[in-house]
Amino acid sequence: MVERRPLLNALSHVVLILGVLIVAFPLYLTFVASTQTSQAIMQAPMSLLPGDQLIENYSAALMGKGAGAGAKAPVARMMTVSLISALIISLGKILISLLSAFAIVYFRFPYRMFVFWSIFITLMLPVEVRIGPTYKVVADFGMLDSYAGLTIPLIASATATFLFRQFFLTVPEELVEAARIDGAGPMRFFKDVLLPLSATSIAALFVIQFIYGWNQYLWPLLVTTNENMYPVVIGIKRMISGGDSEMQWNIVMATAMLAMIPPALVVILMQKWFVKGLVDTEK
Amino acid sequence: MEKRVVFRSRWLPWVLIAPQVFIIVAFFFWPAAQALLQSVQQSDAFGTSVEWVGLENFINLWNDETYLASFYTTAIFSVSVAVAGISLSLMLAVFADRVVKGALIYKTLLIWPYAVAPAVAGVLWLFMFAPSVGVVSYGLRAMGVDWNHLLNGTHAMTLVVMAAVWKQISYNFLFFLAGLQSIPKSLIEAAAIDGARPWRRFWTIVFPLLSPTTFFLLVINIVYAFFDTFAIIDAATQGGPGKDTAILVYKVYYDGFKAMDLGGSAAQSVVLMVIVVVLTVVQFRFVEKKVNY
Repeated sequence: MVERRPLLNALSHVVLILGVLIVAFPLYLTFVASTQTSQAIMQAPMSLLPGDQLIENYSAALMGKGAGAGAKAPVARMMTVSLISALIISLGKILISLLSAFAIVYFRFPYRMFVFWSIFITLMLPVEVRIGPTYKVVADFGMLDSYAGLTIPLIASATATFLFRQFFLTVPEELVEAARIDGAGPMRFFKDVLLPLSATSIAALFVIQFIYGWNQYLWPLLVTTNENMYPVVIGIKRMISGGDSEMQWNIVMATAMLAMIPPALVVILMQKWFVKGLVDTEK
Repeated sequence: MEKRVVFRSRWLPWVLIAPQVFIIVAFFFWPAAQALLQSVQQSDAFGTSVEWVGLENFINLWNDETYLASFYTTAIFSVSVAVAGISLSLMLAVFADRVVKGALIYKTLLIWPYAVAPAVAGVLWLFMFAPSVGVVSYGLRAMGVDWNHLLNGTHAMTLVVMAAVWKQISYNFLFFLAGLQSIPKSLIEAAAIDGARPWRRFWTIVFPLLSPTTFFLLVINIVYAFFDTFAIIDAATQGGPGKDTAILVYKVYYDGFKAMDLGGSAAQSVVLMVIVVVLTVVQFRFVEKKVNY
């Protein structure tokens, strides 16, 4: 603090509290709506205080009852699909990026830099600019409506490979020499020296990539047609496609709450890694 | 920068990079090449005949008023998202940088929207502004604004911009806060001793020193608005009313998967690729500068 300005301090708190309230309002409203009956929401304006239907709505959503038009699949199943996909995507990205960064930094082989730049250039090919042909490839592999189709095309990661490469380049050469004198082969060195050293980068990347995987929308929208393979994010969208009036908003909002909880928990509980991950992946 | 000490193996490095290379070839380069190829071909909806048409798809795009309108929509959308998102989060970050008590609590309460899926964000905002049941649209009507984003294009655009900004605020906030905390306190103190008040200090010292962060966030936010907001738009407005919120990515999806115009959709994909390349180059040139700075 440079000088004492009680008025400005008060103003700071007022602005921040207002900001927090505005940011949190959609969440609060979602929670309130998820505790009321569908009729109570329909009588606009709905009450801004929580109702008494909390358990009924959430169990209806999880079991797949209610939610009039659109999808009827149980949300519990969708949450499982989302969780499995997000874990495969985040861990898969980390694993294959670690391996390729290791190969690029610690070996000499023909076309090494060509491979590196090929990986790097995929940054310029986000899924949005090649949706049609990528869909066709996945269909030809017979991976529609499967975990493989939901995850494998998203696993390649230029940012993660680049990040691990930069990190490996800062690892002292003495460690490799020492490992070699002690008779450790490359995979032994990778497992016992590099992996433990990379732990913080891995944790930071995991947070970012887990959220990335959980929140995927366009890709699952294309490759899943079977309700059993809908991630929860797609499930919500299918629930609201029925129309404004016949929708069971209470169930939709309960589902939205359920869909937000896992990634929000990851961000809040792993806040330190989250911030590190954000900063690292953008450099 | 290269390692002097390396391992020797003829086959191991290839095994290690094989998974990554397989995925980028099968799911990135091959489809991208297909998109390039399809963009110069014309096939009928059943895929029975394929014909080489050269640049005709691109010329059609250029003459297609809805495509040009989509460019305009995308420009309005991304500029609004970037400007609104950056200025709001800069304001919050400047005040959060001032407070000592409760700084961590404010930070925690402001970063969680990052975790919300764009599609869910779209649904939440849709619910608040739904013409028949929405709480906010009810309030607006009480104040004399007849809110209906199903009929009014400006309302629909405002809705998706708000949802997109809300989702991105935490990201911008964190970067601004980090930028503010890296400004040397001695500069601020010197200015204070010279008699500059907080308002003036902000515009003459803090804001100029933050300009690398601001520029970086500008690029990131435009990329975000171009590519990552598809889910918000699909959930909240489905590009409507009419095509008033159909940004470029939405149109590629719609033309390719709903209208089954493969050649046109592929040509649009190629245009988007060019846009990504330009944005990425801008971003990296800037990152290099930041390293020197």
